Amino acid sequence: MTLPSRFRPASDSIIDFPAETSCFQIEGLGLAYGGKPALRGISLRVPRHRVTAFIGPSGCGKSTLLRALNRLHDLNEEVSHEGWVLLEGQDIHAPDVAVDELRRRVGMVFQVPNPFPMSIYENVAFGLRLQGGLTRRRMDDIVEWALHAAALWDEVKDRLRASAWSLSGGQQQRLVIARSLAVRPEVLLLDEPASALDPISTLKIEELIRSLKSQLTLILVTHNMQQAARVSDYTAFLQDGELVEYAPTDTLFTNPSLRRTENYITGRMA
Amino acid sequence: MKFGKRRLPRSEGPWAWLAAGSVALSLLMLGGLMLLIGARGLAHFWPASVEQIEMDDGRVVAGHAVRELPLERGQGRERLYFTGNRDLDGQVWHWLPVDAIVARERPRDLVVLERRHHGMFIGRLIAVGDVEATPGQQPQRAGWARLQARLAALEKLRSERERLHREVLRPLIRQLDADPDAADAQRALAEANARVHDLQQAMRGEVALLESADGRRLLQPLDEVLRAWQPNAMPLAQKLAAWADGVWRFLAEGPRDGNSAGGVWPAIFGTVLMVLLMSLLVTPFGVLAAVYLNEVAHQGRWTNLVRIAVRNLAGVPSIVYGVFGLGVFVYGIGGSLDEWFFSDTLPSPTFGTGGLLWASLTLALLTLPVVVVATEEGLARIPAEQREGALALGATRFETLSRVVLPMAVPAMLTGVILAVARAAGEVAPLLLVGVAKLAPQVPVDGEFPFLHLERKFMHLGYHIYDTAFHGSDVQAAMPLVFATALLLVLVILMLNLTAIFLRHYFRARHGVQPRP
Repeated sequence: MTLPSRFRPASDSIIDFPAETSCFQIEGLGLAYGGKPALRGISLRVPRHRVTAFIGPSGCGKSTLLRALNRLHDLNEEVSHEGWVLLEGQDIHAPDVAVDELRRRVGMVFQVPNPFPMSIYENVAFGLRLQGGLTRRRMDDIVEWALHAAALWDEVKDRLRASAWSLSGGQQQRLVIARSLAVRPEVLLLDEPASALDPISTLKIEELIRSLKSQLTLILVTHNMQQAARVSDYTAFLQDGELVEYAPTDTLFTNPSLRRTENYITGRMA
Repeated sequence: MKFGKRRLPRSEGPWAWLAAGSVALSLLMLGGLMLLIGARGLAHFWPASVEQIEMDDGRVVAGHAVRELPLERGQGRERLYFTGNRDLDGQVWHWLPVDAIVARERPRDLVVLERRHHGMFIGRLIAVGDVEATPGQQPQRAGWARLQARLAALEKLRSERERLHREVLRPLIRQLDADPDAADAQRALAEANARVHDLQQAMRGEVALLESADGRRLLQPLDEVLRAWQPNAMPLAQKLAAWADGVWRFLAEGPRDGNSAGGVWPAIFGTVLMVLLMSLLVTPFGVLAAVYLNEVAHQGRWTNLVRIAVRNLAGVPSIVYGVFGLGVFVYGIGGSLDEWFFSDTLPSPTFGTGGLLWASLTLALLTLPVVVVATEEGLARIPAEQREGALALGATRFETLSRVVLPMAVPAMLTGVILAVARAAGEVAPLLLVGVAKLAPQVPVDGEFPFLHLERKFMHLGYHIYDTAFHGSDVQAAMPLVFATALLLVLVILMLNLTAIFLRHYFRARHGVQPRP
């Protein structure tokens, strides 16, 4: 699919990746809530098997951008969009794309841990049961693998039948990550995954994010700049619904090319 | 937070007192009401002691003292006595001026008999014997023991006759209805009839010679006597046993004497069955309507309009629903059903008259708004993260609804059902129009196909209270029964609610909304 040239990155403050190594290609994405624009002309490419962070002040649209990537906005009838989002070269808004299949490929973890009111095992198996056609043994294997991958297995292996709500907040968040991993997504979207957790749990989640990038692409929204600096490879800075700067994390935090970015990361602007 | 240990700021003091006072007053009124109903209802079954009164004009009366009031004119007070013996006196209540009472004692030989006809007898037992042989005088103790033994034997015979009717006669009659020429069935029927006849012969024959306190005598056939006791000679344990027996009979037996005596079993059964049927009908409709309104329909002015309409339906007076049920269910649908399927029995209606099904449907309609509103609120309370979590795993909207949202909303649905049960069980007005009966000796469930008879009329505790209180011939006698029935109605509703609350607790433990830390 060829895109009009006007959607190519317009400024040298935005890093470009070749389409072949990109997981997501976002081209000229605009989004409005009931006519009120929330995102304007976002164009960026998310590299495969890397951690990309979206940072910016509250209300800058970073969460909105994240939720546009698995079409979670579809639920809200007031939301309208323009532009393109391509996952592995395929337009996710194309009429032949099944939205449930898209969301299986693009998993998501939310700010507040949201395990379902079921056992730990059933939580992880939830997505697998939706797909169906798995033997009991295979299901057990995948659940165990997912809990290992989310670094939770050792803590819950003796009580898989216990309610997921008996876990601590940090454990619940890792359970939710395990639940997403169980359906083998290509991308995992993380919407401020540690903001409701204590420092130790936060540390564990950050370690987990770093360890997962060998298996899939991660996109992290955070308002904690230290966290973005610690775990991400690339960082995009958004402000007022626009993409301001997108660079390797080291560069963005040590040598931002724009004054707006510098002001934000040095705390001269709320 | 421990309220008791918190010191209130000075300015909050009066408000706290006002609020606490309101709660205390409400509890006091509720407790007082329950105490009144409970005490007056349960006291009815207590074998109260019997007084023998001698008046200054020489009259002698025996009976239970009920209450005392000041005389309307003049000084002094008068006391109400329940004296029984309707067949001798023509009336069972006597107001006696307290000042005119010369002697007041409690002879141990006074007996109280509960009879199938003419109500209670209060007086003395002279003798027990056969009809032919004129009973002679016999020692009081022997007579009493013989009476007790005969009553126990009669009770056995009576239950044997019931059993024969239920297990042998009715099936045979049904068999003969289907095939009138079955010879062996006819023979069996004749045999069974002969046995019933024998039983009835055995039950007849013996009489008790009774004497009222003022010396008038009467012969009482024993098979008419249900229970007998000597309240003044009973130790406490025996009184308790008699009381428990009385309560049990009230719960387990059908009404007698135009609902002024006997038990309320058909009414309990009818109430519970009707409420259960109503719950079965209203829950699926209410839940589906709420799911559509909250999850499926496009949210806008139209859904809000429907919501307001549903909430307002909850405020429509219940008799209006009764009229609607009568017009639409009974005459409309029931009449058509009769024309299509039961035309051979017309003009006597099958479904075209009030019945259990129509009453349940009408009450289901009445309680639908409650279930819709409660379920909708429950659905709205489920956090968006739960839905999004399921969607983000590739669940469709339907899968999200059926696997995550609805299980979590079950406690809210049960809250709706609890409210519906509470409202429906106490509702009488619409039932008057759509199927309640003053007396329906056949409960709507029996061994006859199809076992549950939805077209039958049924008895209801609420209506039974109304009927006993206002349509009986003897208001004084009806009063304790009204209290007892009211207590029972409250207890039945309590039981139904507790069942639903227990269910809700169970589901909340499994699927409830997660408490936020």
